[in-house]
Amino acid sequence: MKILVLIGNVPDTTTKIKFNADKTMFDATGVQWIINPWDELALTRAMELKETAGSGIETITVANVGHQETEATLRKALAIGADKAIRVDADAKDAFYVASQLALVSQGYDLIFAGVEASDYNGAAVGGMLAELLGIQSVSSVSGLQIDGGLVKITREIEGGSQALSVAAPVMAIVQKGIAKEPRIPAMRGIMMARSKPLEVVQPSETEIRMSFEAFDLPPAKAACKKFTEEQAKELIHALREEAKVL
Amino acid sequence: MNFEFSEEQLMIQQAARDYAQRELIKDVIERDNHAIFPTQHVKALAELGFMGMMVSPDYDGGGMDAISYVLAVEELSKVDASASVIVSVNNSLVCYGLEKYGNEAQKQKYLRPLASGNKIGAFLLSEPEAGSDATSQRTTAEDKGDYYLVNGTKNWITNANSASTYILIAQTNPSKKHKGITALIVEKDSPGITLGPHEDKMGMRSSDTHSVMFNDVKVPKVNRIGEEGFGFTFAMKVLEGGRIGIASQAVGLASGALERATAYAKERKAFGTVIANHQAIAFKLADMAVKVENARNLCLKAAWLKDQGKPYGIASAMAKVYAADIAMEVTTEAVQIHGGYGYVKEYHVERLMREAKLTQIYEGTSEVQKIIISRDLIK
Ligand SMILES: Cc1cc2nc3c(=O)[nH]c(=O)nc-3n(C[C@H](O)[C@H](O)[C@H](O)COP(=O)(O)OP(=O)(O)OC[C@H]3O[C@@H](n4cnc5c(N)ncnc54)[C@H](O)[C@@H]3O)c2cc1C
Repeated sequence: MKILVLIGNVPDTTTKIKFNADKTMFDATGVQWIINPWDELALTRAMELKETAGSGIETITVANVGHQETEATLRKALAIGADKAIRVDADAKDAFYVASQLALVSQGYDLIFAGVEASDYNGAAVGGMLAELLGIQSVSSVSGLQIDGGLVKITREIEGGSQALSVAAPVMAIVQKGIAKEPRIPAMRGIMMARSKPLEVVQPSETEIRMSFEAFDLPPAKAACKKFTEEQAKELIHALREEAKVL
Repeated sequence: MNFEFSEEQLMIQQAARDYAQRELIKDVIERDNHAIFPTQHVKALAELGFMGMMVSPDYDGGGMDAISYVLAVEELSKVDASASVIVSVNNSLVCYGLEKYGNEAQKQKYLRPLASGNKIGAFLLSEPEAGSDATSQRTTAEDKGDYYLVNGTKNWITNANSASTYILIAQTNPSKKHKGITALIVEKDSPGITLGPHEDKMGMRSSDTHSVMFNDVKVPKVNRIGEEGFGFTFAMKVLEGGRIGIASQAVGLASGALERATAYAKERKAFGTVIANHQAIAFKLADMAVKVENARNLCLKAAWLKDQGKPYGIASAMAKVYAADIAMEVTTEAVQIHGGYGYVKEYHVERLMREAKLTQIYEGTSEVQKIIISRDLIK
């Protein structure tokens, strides 16, 4: 069995978000890039599966769409334990574009992991689109995944409970945070081995850009807290009803 | 001149940060309170490769450079300096000493398990009557043909109980004074070795410090590192690198305190605004940041020299004395910025302050570093 894990390259979660002057582009100066947290958990799960005796998993490949500077993220994935990395050399413009580029390099895998979304633009679209382009089954909101006799056993979170599924490969698993407990920290040995693991660069296909960003806005600054004394219960209820509109 | 870290150096820094901020932080106060050795953490750090990170992969080490080591030790020390001194002693005193000066058989037998972290090492130089003046060694190793008979007491030994391999400095020829000092590899479970009680320390409380008594302990001659009489030079050479580890630890204590103080100053309100808006506090933070930056650069410079194969003894003495002194200043200011909250354990900075004090004392006091630096100036 071969696994592919899609690896998004996103700003560190503690980054102070800024945009350019006309608010159409994220300002990436000084930003530290990391593996999209969901993808990192997916990779961790893939590693756990591979290490389970009798899982029959031969290789774990990681792939992304991005320019050369995103290779640091791929190499981290290799240091964590992926066997091979593929980078489609293009700007990750929009979900359809990214999915179309990934389709070039996603053939022939039994199990593909995608994160439910990327922590930067929260598009939540690539996994589903790629499955469609590849013509394979996709399952969303995956919070647990096992391999059992060639079948992929999936637990999904659904409204008010969970659902257990059994899917025949090939399948795209679009994962949530529960898929693995904590992302793995690469060990020195892994970092060293990553030096000699293959990182293949693939040229992008001609794909039409169907989306452009018009404007980004930051959320309004948090309003100051309002304090009420014990005697002001009435005022509190009034504020909750009329101002916060939560009652 | 290039101030950029490599991708691998950054990856190692991040790995150390992740481990410290995710794992070490969980029970650090508890371990400090009850002086509990971080057994599980040492095991995990070994699996990640931090226990022998600069040793060649040929001997099961991580094969990383000294710059990566500085970055890793800083990150671990921001959270838990007790854990980082275990890492530092094992890497820069024990593993380095064995890799650089041990013979092939010694490396195969002793370095391998130490570099992989399956075993821990300790470095036994100080004695009750020989601290700064390491030349006046009273522990003796008497030549008995194919073994040495060791008698004496070593003091303040980090990892004394958890270690299985000791690097012992002892006198083999008292008439030759420090030129008669020899370095030996001693297995901790050798008959005749007993430990004093766990020292009840002010800081670094979860690293295990004991005195070690040798009573007619037989050490095979094949366990001698280098020639007889090489021991003092050996110890001084090894400590040159050790200072980089302790200096980085001091940087971590200071930068950890700075991070906490900055976050606190942006949250804590007094007189209608966050205290970071009071210039007296903001300027404290600025002064602290300059000191941390300076100290880190001194460490990196010493590490860079080491990586380049150039002399680094003076650079590492400068790094250690400066980093240790500013660690004390910066952690003290961090407590001040926290006000009363800084004086209780929950906010961590009081522990960092207690721990910073030790960096001015061990592996050569601040005064001793100044002796090294000034002697070089006026020689
Ligand atoms: C927690 C802890 C862990 C330690 N771990 C280890 C270890 O693993 N292995 C090991 O071998 N040792 C270890 N040490 C010992 C440490 O290195 C010594 O304590 C240190 O070198 C100082 O020696 P001393 O305590 O005998 O002080 P002394 O040498 O007695 O110094 C007392 C004071 O006099 C000053 N002084 C001494 N000589 C001079 C001089 N010529 N000029 C100016 N000032 C001078 C010193 O700077 C100091 O301020 C550890 C110590 C501690 C506290």
